Amino acid sequence: MLQLAATFALALAAGLSLASDRVPKPEIVIEKPGQCVEPADVMRRSHMNFLLHQRDLTVHEGIRTPKFSLAGCVECHASTKTGSVLGQGGFCQDCHSYAGVKLDCFECHAAKPQHLSARAKP
Amino acid sequence: MNDDSRRGFLGTVAATLAGIAISPGIRLIELAAARAPEEHASGRVRWGMLIDTAKCATGCTDCVTACNKENGLHDTGRPRTDAQWIRKIDLKDLRSGRQHSAPVMCQHCAEPPCVDVCPTGASFKRADGIVLVDKHTCIGCRYCVMACPYKARSFVHENLTDQLPAVPRGKGTVEACTLCVHKIDRGDGTTACADACKAAGHEAIVFGDLNDPQSEVSRRLREIPSRHLRGDLRLNTGVRYAGV
Amino acid sequence: MATIVHRELQAVGARFWGPFLALGAVVAAGFVAFVYMETNGHVVTGMDNQVVWGLPHVFAVFLIVAASGALNVASVASVFGRIEYKPLAPLSALSALALLAGGLAILAADLGRPDRLVVAMTHFNLTSIFALNMFLYSGFFAIVGVYLWFMMERRMNRYTGAAGLAAFLWRIVLTTGTGSIFGFLVAREAYDSALLGPTFVVYSFAYGTGMFLIALDAAWRWDGRAPDLELLARLGRLLAVLAAGALYMTVVFHLTKLYMARSREVEAFLLVNGGIYPLVFWLGQVGAGGVLPLALLYSPAGRTRGGVLGAALLVVLGGLAQMYVTIVGAQAWPQAIFPGWQESSRFFDGEIHPYAPSAAETALALGGVALAAALLAVGIKVLRFLPDPCTASSSPPPTSPPARPR
Repeated sequence: MLQLAATFALALAAGLSLASDRVPKPEIVIEKPGQCVEPADVMRRSHMNFLLHQRDLTVHEGIRTPKFSLAGCVECHASTKTGSVLGQGGFCQDCHSYAGVKLDCFECHAAKPQHLSARAKP
Repeated sequence: MNDDSRRGFLGTVAATLAGIAISPGIRLIELAAARAPEEHASGRVRWGMLIDTAKCATGCTDCVTACNKENGLHDTGRPRTDAQWIRKIDLKDLRSGRQHSAPVMCQHCAEPPCVDVCPTGASFKRADGIVLVDKHTCIGCRYCVMACPYKARSFVHENLTDQLPAVPRGKGTVEACTLCVHKIDRGDGTTACADACKAAGHEAIVFGDLNDPQSEVSRRLREIPSRHLRGDLRLNTGVRYAGV
Repeated sequence: MATIVHRELQAVGARFWGPFLALGAVVAAGFVAFVYMETNGHVVTGMDNQVVWGLPHVFAVFLIVAASGALNVASVASVFGRIEYKPLAPLSALSALALLAGGLAILAADLGRPDRLVVAMTHFNLTSIFALNMFLYSGFFAIVGVYLWFMMERRMNRYTGAAGLAAFLWRIVLTTGTGSIFGFLVAREAYDSALLGPTFVVYSFAYGTGMFLIALDAAWRWDGRAPDLELLARLGRLLAVLAAGALYMTVVFHLTKLYMARSREVEAFLLVNGGIYPLVFWLGQVGAGGVLPLALLYSPAGRTRGGVLGAALLVVLGGLAQMYVTIVGAQAWPQAIFPGWQESSRFFDGEIHPYAPSAAETALALGGVALAAALLAVGIKVLRFLPDPCTASSSPPPTSPPARPR
């Protein structure tokens, strides 16, 4: 049993060490100047927690604190070239593709800011 | 009783009486001011509508067009699966032949069957009376569509792109009229359909706070007779109809 | 008391793998349909905003109701003391589990967001009969699992009665819940009835026994041995009584709806002028589900293998027909938002809603049935479920090697 566990751990470590060189780290481009709503390292680690917590407050309580509004994130982070946070060079997409984490938000939420949305009111 | 405690007592009574005297004013001021973004929706308010079918023009679909535009709903050419949040129902009395027309949308019941049946609690009623679907929790089982007596709910049958930022909607979840909750929350005080009807000059749709006796909708409800649709079901809908 | 030996399915090689892989192919087709539906959305199905529950739900609810009823034979043995059915009790419990798994698989695959199954298992709205049913289904797996364990392990045999009773009571609650999924809905004129819960319980007795008979006969054929005709005849007589019960509930339900003026139009639609629905109702639910099997089982053919199996197949067909009328028929009839007025709109108010299942949803539905069959096949192949010999009477055992008594 212990042998099996040890072999598995060794194989995993080997695999991981090889993997880290195969996929290039994404180039994160911050086009808008200034500070994000939280420091970058906090956002990197915890943005999903902020979003998950905030969405329940927004949907069920109607609390729409501008700080953690997803539309606010998109407004700032959308690429100036594509106008979106998805796709090649998309702020959200690049990191999520690298980390292999499914990006579910934009099934429903607009990936483009208000002024670039095709159906937005003038 | 000594002087200090008597003063204290009188002070408390005076403050209470003053508070009671000015509290109606405070309440009105509260309601008049838009809710701050950080504030939660409150049960002090109950949003609702009065639809006066006598003023509703047969053939006019301005409310439908406005709703579709406001919420990013579009015609794919597949009407059987396209979402429809509000529609005009043309009515005909079979005996007399008299014709009528009325817009019908989610009735925002106080006792919503859709909320009762939702297995995950995604279909819920907000404190201020608006019945919504939490798309994060909706699993797309469509039980609420089975349960709604007003055929108010639509299931999103295909992949969507170009959603409006204010109105997230996606494939595999169920949706319905939100009483323009995104407009209400930012203080517009009206819905797209009510706005459009006013702009068209009919003013058949009046939106407002049913809990505020001074709101336009409350005043109109006092002036003309109105009813809930399918009142026999005792759902206590937020939308009332006059003239039908 | 006869000593009953239980053993695994004796089919080996091509004789096993042939049918099993055929089942696997149907399951695979169902899986492909699921991926297709999930990727493209339900626009690729025949379901729309007017008929949101279609063929997959017809089959799924049928399988779930039959699952509860398939436990019947075990209950009759453990709870009602009919020892002649005891050898079949483990197979009965296994088929209940397999059928439920198949039905639930269809439902899960048909969800708009099947990736949110975890959400469905962690967020519960307890006023929803659907959510309560999820507890009942999981509980059913657990309780019947324990019941099976007690039946299969000799030292636990003395607790079989208690487990059997628990399983019996649980399944009554479960099936009442399944019927109430429809019965609680005031929005549909064909539902809105307290009778639907108990009706589904009675339906489950018939459908479950029918499915069990088909499974039992198939297992015998696959095992390559002669059936126990005495036992088949007994089960056939049981099926007849249960089918009659189902017919009774159908009659009471529809007569009540017909009596009330407010539901006369929808009843006329389902029973007389609704096109496919009266056809399916009279030929399927009443004819195949009630009249024909009763005639067959009470005739001399009711003592033959072909007669009993034929009756079982008819009852199952009748059950599917009933589910079609109940689920699809009720949605085809429009909701009356302004009763008494003729309604029309661009959202199809006031008109009959057509429904035609697409290939994808048909494959999904059949895939679920095949999954139930495949799970049953795995069970009987790997573990000792098949009684051999299966004696209905307490005659002395034939000469056989010493084996564990049940």
